[in-house]
Amino acid sequence: MRAAERPSDPAGTGWSARLHVVTGKGGTGKTSVAAALALALAAGGRRTLLVEVEGRQGIAQLFGIDPLPYEERHLADAPDGGEVRALAVDAEEALLEYLDMFYKLGAAGRALRKLGAIDFATTIAPGLRDVLLTGKVKEATTRTSGQRRVYDAVVLDAPPTGRIGRFLNVTAETARLAKVGPIKTQSEGVAALLRSPITAVHVVTLLEEMPVQETVDAIADLTALGFGVGKVIVNGTRPPLPAGRPVSAAELRRGLVAAGLPADRETVAGLHDEARDQLIRRELEDSLRADLVELGLPMTELPLLPDGVDRAGLATLAQALVSAD
Amino acid sequence: MPSEDAAPQLDVDQILADPGVRIIVCCGAGGVGKTTTAAALALRAAEQHGRRTVVLTIDPARRLAQSLGLTELDNTPRQVKGIDVETSGGELHAMMLDMKRTFDDVVLQHTDPAKAAEIFANPFYQAMSSTFAGTQEYMAMEKLGQLHARGEWDLIVVDTPPSRSALDFLDAPARLSRFLDGRMLRLLLAPARSGGRSMFSLVTASFGMFSKVVQKVLGAQLLTDLSGFVAALDSMFGGFRQRAEQTYRILQARETAFVLVAAPEPDAVREAAYFAGRLREEKMPLAGLVLNRVHRPAVPELDAEQSRVAAERLAELGGHEATAEVLRAHAALARQAVREQQVAARFTEAFPAVPSVSVTAQPADVHDVDGLRTIGAAISRP
Repeated sequence: MRAAERPSDPAGTGWSARLHVVTGKGGTGKTSVAAALALALAAGGRRTLLVEVEGRQGIAQLFGIDPLPYEERHLADAPDGGEVRALAVDAEEALLEYLDMFYKLGAAGRALRKLGAIDFATTIAPGLRDVLLTGKVKEATTRTSGQRRVYDAVVLDAPPTGRIGRFLNVTAETARLAKVGPIKTQSEGVAALLRSPITAVHVVTLLEEMPVQETVDAIADLTALGFGVGKVIVNGTRPPLPAGRPVSAAELRRGLVAAGLPADRETVAGLHDEARDQLIRRELEDSLRADLVELGLPMTELPLLPDGVDRAGLATLAQALVSAD
Repeated sequence: MPSEDAAPQLDVDQILADPGVRIIVCCGAGGVGKTTTAAALALRAAEQHGRRTVVLTIDPARRLAQSLGLTELDNTPRQVKGIDVETSGGELHAMMLDMKRTFDDVVLQHTDPAKAAEIFANPFYQAMSSTFAGTQEYMAMEKLGQLHARGEWDLIVVDTPPSRSALDFLDAPARLSRFLDGRMLRLLLAPARSGGRSMFSLVTASFGMFSKVVQKVLGAQLLTDLSGFVAALDSMFGGFRQRAEQTYRILQARETAFVLVAAPEPDAVREAAYFAGRLREEKMPLAGLVLNRVHRPAVPELDAEQSRVAAERLAELGGHEATAEVLRAHAALARQAVREQQVAARFTEAFPAVPSVSVTAQPADVHDVDGLRTIGAAISRP
């Protein structure tokens, strides 16, 4: 998608969509990035919802809290009076809620569940499961209370890059199975929202070969399926090296002496090896970064957090997400 | 590193050389280098220990797959050429799992061609064989069972699917077979009968309502397809469960060694700990933990703070930019190493008796046989 085709961004934060779908290869930190984005977009008295759909309880683990129920809960305060709420969507619960809404099942719904019918229905048709999960996300995104939207933005910690196309492409999966009826209508509604400018899919990656390859593949896949790709978010980046050239052992020894550090043979050799590995790594990172730039999408780089992703780290990431543009 | 001294060292060569070990299962969270570890272990078993080895990969990186000669997904093991087995006499074969094809093969084995064609054409089968969350795990297990039954290999190394959770590999087969054998499918098959036992009529009564709701929500066509699918699969009931149980028993046997793979990240270590707990419950043989991508400063005596301060001093002095940069990089590396040790310690504290080995992070990614050989050596001689 070229820049001209992307919806304009009135707020100037670079995050114009209202539903942010965050994907990425396993291990790239997509849950942390999704949480940081929900925090960032809640700043200034706004309210956001952070949603997970894979039953991993990644949000609860990240925030060090008890497992999240199928219920929107207060998760964190954002700067200047904002609020982030969290929700772990469960397909079975979503189906019961859905049936209840349209068919007033009540106790009969619980009986069906006891019988395993709900589990059965969501198992036999994986597409049905996804349409229930995305359907719940759509409902939260479009929900209003009075004249006001309940959430200024919804951030979805989505399935990883390997499964994201299929997960979002709900109509194709359900159309195979349900040719008519409310599920079909429901999936069409979800598909329309997911393909509208309201939704942006962001791909989180590291400057490592596999994640970058999967990012490139996923973006091609998503684009072919008609989804709007928002940003490429490069996680765990390190500040550039100002000198960035090989250092000689003699030079290193002089420097160590000047710094008042031991400058014995082993120390010099060890640091020299470290410097060499560092440069190899950086060169590889630069070439991977160039591959990502070639995608022609807006790119945001997040710093490597030396102490891991704690609350302070999340705040750092949130800050970097909105100020990077 | 104190956390490593506390835990026994994992001796990979001992496992690879042991003729009693016929299966190695590599498991762990996504993105920790499972596939690379599996391939490196298999290569080492062939080259160093002369074993006729096959590695079953699930979703290898393109360049790694190419380096193993896996240019197409044909679901059968192919011998890897150009490796160094002249002295050892070993062999390395590699294959990539084709989930749908494996499922199709299972169906073909259990039913006649006409019935199979009917099953293949059913939209439910198509959805399930390609998208059911768990099919990949189940089929990986199925393929492992098949390779094992053929008895052609001394050692089978299995990479596990990039699941939502590493535990899916253990749970999915049981879940799928339970599902395929399940009560719900039988209910769908059995026409509602009247005058049965009270329990039965209660079940069918609510089930009648269920199908009414399903019909309303999903449409009648879907129910027709579903009963078609169920009826066609009827002949295969039992077969699925039996096979899953068989493979499960192989995994509990002494000829199997589970190797947990993790990176020193909280999620990956937590996943590894869950898995270790589950293996213990299931009485499955856990050989140890391979901790990949561990950062180790070459000059451990120089700590992060010392190094950072020295870099600042040089910056003030001027004229030593390159050394300052090396020291800043060293400070970051030392800090990362400390954090990684703390994260890794969460596993060793929970499972002090489980042997582990740390593999130093490579400056560049691995995508050829030489790289795999280097990794294999690093796992064996840290």
